[in-house]
Amino acid sequence: MNVAEIFESMDYGPAPEDAAEALKWIESHDGKFGQFIGGAFTKPNKLFASKNPATTKLLAKVSQASKRDVDNAVAAARKAQKGWAKDAKARARVLYALARMVQKHSRLFAVLETLDNGKPIRESRDIDIPLVARHFYYHAGMAQLMDDELPGREPLGVCGQIIPWNFPLLMLAWKVAPALAMGNAVVLKPAEYTSLTALLFAELAHDAGLPPGVLNIVTGDGEVGGLIVSHKDVDKIAFTGSTEVGRVIRRETAGSGKALTLELGGKSPYIVFDDADMDSAIEGLVDAIWFNQGQVCCAGSRLLVQEGIAEDFGKRLKARMDKLRIGDPLDKCIDVGAVVDPVQLKTIKALVEGSGGEVYHAATELPKKGCFYPPTLISGLSTADPLMQEEIFGPVLVSTTFRTPGEAVELANNTRYGLAATVWTENVNLALDMAPKLAAGVVWVNATNLFDAAAGFGGVRESGFGREGGWEGLRAYTREKARPARSLAATAKATTAEPDTVDRTAKLYIGGKQARPDSGYSRAILDAKGRVLGHAPIANRKDLRNAVEAMNAAKGWSRTTGHLRAQILYFLGENLAARGDEFAARLNAMTGKRRGAAEVAAAVDAFFTWAAWADKFDGRAKGVPIRGVALAMNEPVGKIAAFCGGDAPLLNLATLIGAALAMGNRLTLIASEAAPLVATDLMQVLETSDIPAGVVNILTGDHAELAGQVAGHADLDAAWSFSEADLAAVIEREAAGNLKRTWIPAGEPSTQSFLDAATEVKTIWIPYGE
Amino acid sequence: MERTATHAATKPAQLPQVQEPRNAGLPLDLDLVRALQANTSAIERRAATLPGRRSVKKEYQAAWLLRAITMIDLTTLAGDDTEGRVRRLCAKARQPVRADLLEALGMPGLTTGAVCVYHDMVATAVDALKGTGIPVAAVSTGFPAGLSPFHLRVAEIGESVAAGAKEIDIVISRRHVLTGNWQALYDEMRTFREACGEAHVKAILATGELGTLRNVARASWVCMMAGADFIKTSTGKEGVNATLPVSLVMMRAIRAYHEMTGYRVGYKPAGGISKAKDAVTYLTLVKDELGDRWLQSDLFRFGASSLLGDIERQLEHYVTGRYSAGYRHAVG
Repeated sequence: MNVAEIFESMDYGPAPEDAAEALKWIESHDGKFGQFIGGAFTKPNKLFASKNPATTKLLAKVSQASKRDVDNAVAAARKAQKGWAKDAKARARVLYALARMVQKHSRLFAVLETLDNGKPIRESRDIDIPLVARHFYYHAGMAQLMDDELPGREPLGVCGQIIPWNFPLLMLAWKVAPALAMGNAVVLKPAEYTSLTALLFAELAHDAGLPPGVLNIVTGDGEVGGLIVSHKDVDKIAFTGSTEVGRVIRRETAGSGKALTLELGGKSPYIVFDDADMDSAIEGLVDAIWFNQGQVCCAGSRLLVQEGIAEDFGKRLKARMDKLRIGDPLDKCIDVGAVVDPVQLKTIKALVEGSGGEVYHAATELPKKGCFYPPTLISGLSTADPLMQEEIFGPVLVSTTFRTPGEAVELANNTRYGLAATVWTENVNLALDMAPKLAAGVVWVNATNLFDAAAGFGGVRESGFGREGGWEGLRAYTREKARPARSLAATAKATTAEPDTVDRTAKLYIGGKQARPDSGYSRAILDAKGRVLGHAPIANRKDLRNAVEAMNAAKGWSRTTGHLRAQILYFLGENLAARGDEFAARLNAMTGKRRGAAEVAAAVDAFFTWAAWADKFDGRAKGVPIRGVALAMNEPVGKIAAFCGGDAPLLNLATLIGAALAMGNRLTLIASEAAPLVATDLMQVLETSDIPAGVVNILTGDHAELAGQVAGHADLDAAWSFSEADLAAVIEREAAGNLKRTWIPAGEPSTQSFLDAATEVKTIWIPYGE
Repeated sequence: MERTATHAATKPAQLPQVQEPRNAGLPLDLDLVRALQANTSAIERRAATLPGRRSVKKEYQAAWLLRAITMIDLTTLAGDDTEGRVRRLCAKARQPVRADLLEALGMPGLTTGAVCVYHDMVATAVDALKGTGIPVAAVSTGFPAGLSPFHLRVAEIGESVAAGAKEIDIVISRRHVLTGNWQALYDEMRTFREACGEAHVKAILATGELGTLRNVARASWVCMMAGADFIKTSTGKEGVNATLPVSLVMMRAIRAYHEMTGYRVGYKPAGGISKAKDAVTYLTLVKDELGDRWLQSDLFRFGASSLLGDIERQLEHYVTGRYSAGYRHAVG
């Protein structure tokens, strides 16, 4: 078309970004890449094709890593880690250099990313790469501050990181920056579709002064991931990807002692109230579900619109969809690029074709070749429809309506996932009321898909566990330094109790009542001299079920104020102190030692400490680069089951009850196998301390038998073990079912570790301005 | 060189009346007005990311810039305006780009959308533009503050129309917006519209003085309900004039009003748009938010004085491949 013709048509023309420099880099490697291990590329071997999804043409050939490659990479990391961990401030300088390196080569990274992944150059250039640089800047600061601010923490060692193809370099940054900042060395596997920017990054990072072996890249398919996951000398696995694979990794690493964080799938609700700025909410959807072709784990893929505006909203939304431009991702005037691979395209097509709803495809032109799928809206689906539940991971939005805020919460939370949620309303009361009620790790108010290195990102439920970004993200790459165990002093004079003259029947404690065990069996509990002290019931799966039901009925506890929880915990301490002699005697009888009085005092102290914390574990307001605030709110994990143990059983009980309740959790304790009667004795103290029914439940019984039941229960949010029995393998394996949080600390955890385990950080983004 | 008004490229600019049925307005719907929302942060994000989402290059850019010229209300609104100054501006409106460049671009005969002046300069401008079909727009109603006696403001419209102005740019009483007196704003706008008769009326909201985007949305709707043919951001005299966020709000109002009534109301950002690149960004916003129909001068205008100079330099760059200099183009 000539100028005069365009003057009439006013069409957009092509505006291609030049790919020459990126292609030149590929060519400089002869189009073939080996592994990046110990600061150098290995010889290319067992090559597979990496294609440009927009053209389906070959971009480069990448090597499938062998077991030997993975071994070498882990060995190189192990070798480098010690030196790397030595000087935090020196690390800060290297991370700073990496941030600068990303900025210096920003266009090269952006173009290569778009070639490899198919995302529009606008996104890689304006979103992905700037966030990568931001992540390294932010974590350069974390390295600088580590010695001062995290004196009790140390690096984990060698971290195996497996990342997805949707944000190849950004996910690398999210994983690598905090790991390196905290003094770990890394073996990272990019997704097989999108290995190139990771390889470029490693090469340039090495040039920028990153010591050899600190960051190793191994490429290949899931098999290579499996080799990393099962590698004996890897201390931690961080995975971002599908829930299905996350579950496999959870099972695979169970009992291995490897730390694990998982950032998995989602079906995030996008809630629009009738007082929202509708056009802005629609524009938000463009950034929610048509960002990166909808291949975003936190994509607002489930639209919930208030019924009264649904028709108008749908009409406007379709009109907006029709304006989206789909095509060559390197074109600077394109909104939606290519789906990453023909396999993914086929999956999306099949899911949409199988839908029972009304399907609307944007009336836009599609390129004739390449992996393209039009922006799609499916409405009229019921909540039971698989498309309302399953992640599509494509540019497909499903929608339904709601009537009230309460119903919006119910529908939003009617999912196994819990990654992100979006709320649109101009009513600040409604927005701030909704945010805490949504089961999600991230909530955006009147915005969507905002990310920053300072703000934690991660999910609840089957969207995984662990956070990336912020102070909370550093927990995933550090562990508590070993601490000396607390010692309890023996009193000079033994206070032994006389045996009970009236038979006392120990029962279970469920829903605020003492209950007989379903099994009808009890076990004799002997004192140190082998005499029968009493009998403890043997709880089974049905008792556990009842305890979980009781916790469900007590959900109001999680909404109580810290002030109220503090009063109740103080009262617990007071009531325990009042019966201190009795408990001391019982402890002495059971253990044959004379530390009872000291342990009672420590337990009372623990209740007071956690009462103190109940209203003091403050969240944070994050310094994110927007006009607005990102709140990091510490929310209760929910329903926790904890196996008790320790050679100070009463203190362990007090600590678990204190920590869990102070943070607003509901708790089922499985009493120590050695000293269950301390727990059953405590029931009377609990009963007299104003604890609402169901907030604390106590079972006694066989730990090994109950561990699988507890970890496998789909309606529990966390399983902790302080048991003397080694329950790690069974708990971690069975927890894979609903991906509940597990916590099996070695040694005596610090207060901070309890606080972390008892809470989830929810990040609530609230841009403001009138 | 005298150009006639027959070239296709200039038609829309000269025949605004025949393109669309005029907006007849609606009874004031206060429920609708009060329910309007505008989320500032979200609107700013959309505006901030727009230039990154759209790119218009090479021959497309040249064509778009030429189109932009046909949408310019070439403006002089200064206390020191004289007859000579206005005649010079009108000459520029008739020949906005060097003839050799227009020839090279295949677009001879191109003119600006209109010339915009104060009332006292209307007769001069009408005379200077005789035979070109380029309409004269007059700012009116006690521009820029709009605080002269109401009957005088109404009378001013009549005088400008009598002097030959085809378009009247009125200023609204900002105090009606700031106090939420929508009925007063509606009545004022109705009266102004009636006073305009056949001349088209552009309602200047002075968005920089309205405090919030929500007020911009509400004022836009009230003026459209009262029969405005165009809504316009600014007088050019406020501290903040046309911005992308304000434009987004006003365009969305226009789109929803069209959806509801079938009437297409025009949009005119004014003040602060001085770069060719900015003009292209505005046009992409119009194209994406309102649609191609609004990319014609009967429905879109730039209120600008220095924008044309930058466009001329960009066009010369397109034609010659070399960066241009300001002095190579005639001043307006």
